[in-house]
Amino acid sequence: MKAATAGYVRATSLSHAVTLLAASKGQARLLAGGQSLVAAMNLRLAGETALIDINGLSELGGITADGAVLRIGALTRHRELATSPLVASLAPAIAQAAPLIAHAAIRTRGTIGGSLAYADPAAELPACMLALGATIVVAGPQGLRRVAAEDFFVDLFTTALAEDEMITAVEVPFAEPGERQATLELARRSGDYALAGIVLARKADGPRIAFFGVGPTARLARSAMAVLASGGDGEAAAAVLDRDLDPPDDVHAPAAVRLHLARVLLRRALAATQTGDA
Amino acid sequence: MTDMPPDFARKVDIRLTVNGETVEARVDAGRHLVDFLRLDLGLTGAHAGCEHGVCGACTLKVDGDIVRGCLVLAAQLDGAEVWTVEGLTDSGALADLQDAFVARNALQCGFCTPGMLVAAADLLADGGVPSRAEIREHISGNYCRCTGYEAIVDAIETVARARAGTEAAA
Repeated sequence: MKAATAGYVRATSLSHAVTLLAASKGQARLLAGGQSLVAAMNLRLAGETALIDINGLSELGGITADGAVLRIGALTRHRELATSPLVASLAPAIAQAAPLIAHAAIRTRGTIGGSLAYADPAAELPACMLALGATIVVAGPQGLRRVAAEDFFVDLFTTALAEDEMITAVEVPFAEPGERQATLELARRSGDYALAGIVLARKADGPRIAFFGVGPTARLARSAMAVLASGGDGEAAAAVLDRDLDPPDDVHAPAAVRLHLARVLLRRALAATQTGDA
Repeated sequence: MTDMPPDFARKVDIRLTVNGETVEARVDAGRHLVDFLRLDLGLTGAHAGCEHGVCGACTLKVDGDIVRGCLVLAAQLDGAEVWTVEGLTDSGALADLQDAFVARNALQCGFCTPGMLVAAADLLADGGVPSRAEIREHISGNYCRCTGYEAIVDAIETVARARAGTEAAA
């Protein structure tokens, strides 16, 4: 089908974009990479949509190491995440996640800000933000505010963004010295949405584990994290995953299959991040 | 949507280059790149398949990178450089891949072939000889409904080896 568009405007600055967004009173959508939005428009799921194209806003780009955080601009494309040496060294889970996102022709356009704002439950990057303890930087008419990833993803396709707010960047704490991270997923076709996925960061005071594709949002597996932090092994952690995850039954897999796959991924991620002395 | 601010336009003027030639156009704000090429410019090489980013039949090059022609709006392309399978064919950039696709019978109905060629060229542009697994990964976003994948992977591998000088061209 063809996209139904109520109008299009190119934002010329961040403040212009915020002004347009506020003036549209919730009727306009930001067009970043468009790899989910334009698909939804083509399917007529999005209704007749007015678009604010933010692709020209260079202030939303760039990947920089800034103090103790990796700052990734909202317009950073998935391919840039996959090839950035800074991301590979300071947030390796994100570097591992990026090649798992859709296909090459989609990674050249899709953006980290778009992925987080869309909050697809099967998307990789929201889970990365949770596991790595990232902060989402948001601009609105009142200026900038920072939202912890744990407070950002509210429900299915629902975030803490207000109607007149947009993501400008994310701030990801550097991986600790010796910290190992892993992003893994299981999908029916490479590049398709994961049936289940995991992001694991082994920090000094215990692992942080986020799952995606197994519930309405990416979520931390707090029970499994607690078991591992107190010295329990992978089997003990896998055994309590049913306290953390409540996957849906759907046409792709029954809930029991998704829970099983989550346990498989937890074991694999723990093995992949095993250090020599652990 | 009658109360949208006047900033929002339903028609957008764009100026871009397509296959090396300058094009000026006024397009509907919702016009896909692949429809702009096919319906407005008559460049029907890239195919509109699923129109939601899954099948890869509309794979095109924009500013040097492959994109989904159904997930990019023409309105966004002011100043962009677009290459279609026609332009890439005329330039000779795909000649060895096209010869190998013919030699290996790497197509049946041919609907997916333009997208396959553009995706394959993108992979081989990085140089070296990708493994068959890497070839499969790179074309994982391109459906062949005739399931001709084995021959397609053969053809791409043949060209990679030939370009690297490790094996005579097929």
